[in-house]
Amino acid sequence: MARVVVDVMLRPEILDPQGRAVEGSLRRLGLTGVTDVRQGKQFIIDLDGVIEGERLELLETLAAELLSNPVIEDYKLRVIEDRV
Amino acid sequence: MSVRVGVVTFPGSLDDRDAARAVHIAGGQAVALWHGDDDLRNVDAVILPGGFSYGDYLRCGAIARFAPVMRTIIERASAGMPLLGICNGFQILCESQLLPGALTRNDSLHFICRDQRLRIENTSSAWTSGFINGQEIVIPLKNGEGGYLADERTLDALEAEGRVVARYLEVNPNGSRRDIAGITNERGNVVGLMPHPEHAVESLTGPSIDGIPFFTSVLKSLVSP
Repeated sequence: MARVVVDVMLRPEILDPQGRAVEGSLRRLGLTGVTDVRQGKQFIIDLDGVIEGERLELLETLAAELLSNPVIEDYKLRVIEDRV
Repeated sequence: MSVRVGVVTFPGSLDDRDAARAVHIAGGQAVALWHGDDDLRNVDAVILPGGFSYGDYLRCGAIARFAPVMRTIIERASAGMPLLGICNGFQILCESQLLPGALTRNDSLHFICRDQRLRIENTSSAWTSGFINGQEIVIPLKNGEGGYLADERTLDALEAEGRVVARYLEVNPNGSRRDIAGITNERGNVVGLMPHPEHAVESLTGPSIDGIPFFTSVLKSLVSP
């Protein structure tokens, strides 16, 4: 068993109106010193077997083409092996 | 024989009936296409209608892009078949990379529904040849994620090549860069538009009938290319 975690975030230069709205709420609820909030997505994919070779390449491709939109988003993919 | 214009229904499409009706009013034959079929039923052009395909899950248009029907549509459009994406259809065209850029959450965070004034700035595309350059029209706009975004180089190229099809006038409703409401590809056969011309084809229900030329344009371009 293995677990793959893909984090998708809007690129730093892209305006994140949702993050901005959350930032406003945090301030209103009394949190001081907030300088920025960005909102993103996390995908947790559980798979049988080992993640290597072509399957890892396919995961990278799918993270780049399906899970994220390269025009506006960056992704980070992590493989967590040997999950119990 | 009248021109056959396909209108795709995805799970969650809303405006497929209105798009088909607009084709009919313009004098064409509307042909219903289903997202799960890869056969285009001998159509001469295709419209991707508005709505919330696949519930807008993941990103608007991201899952529709990989629907079986899209494989054939992308192939045919790359070979020159006229293809119009309205609202969610525009989002699908950007996700498919048939058009550059992306559509993002409105800068106001509010869903916007209004009659929107636009200026038509390209009259050579398959879907806008029936307009006069600079013509101003009013058609409905309704979107939550209609902010058009691309990097500066892409925006400059779109402007330089005359590929901005329509621009918002008076109000920029969603934070779109350079007030862009619609664009076309280099060849002029693929057009993406955030506002809804198919809701402005009958005076009984629309704010105008300014939407009709989008549909008559494509019929004319197919009869006398």
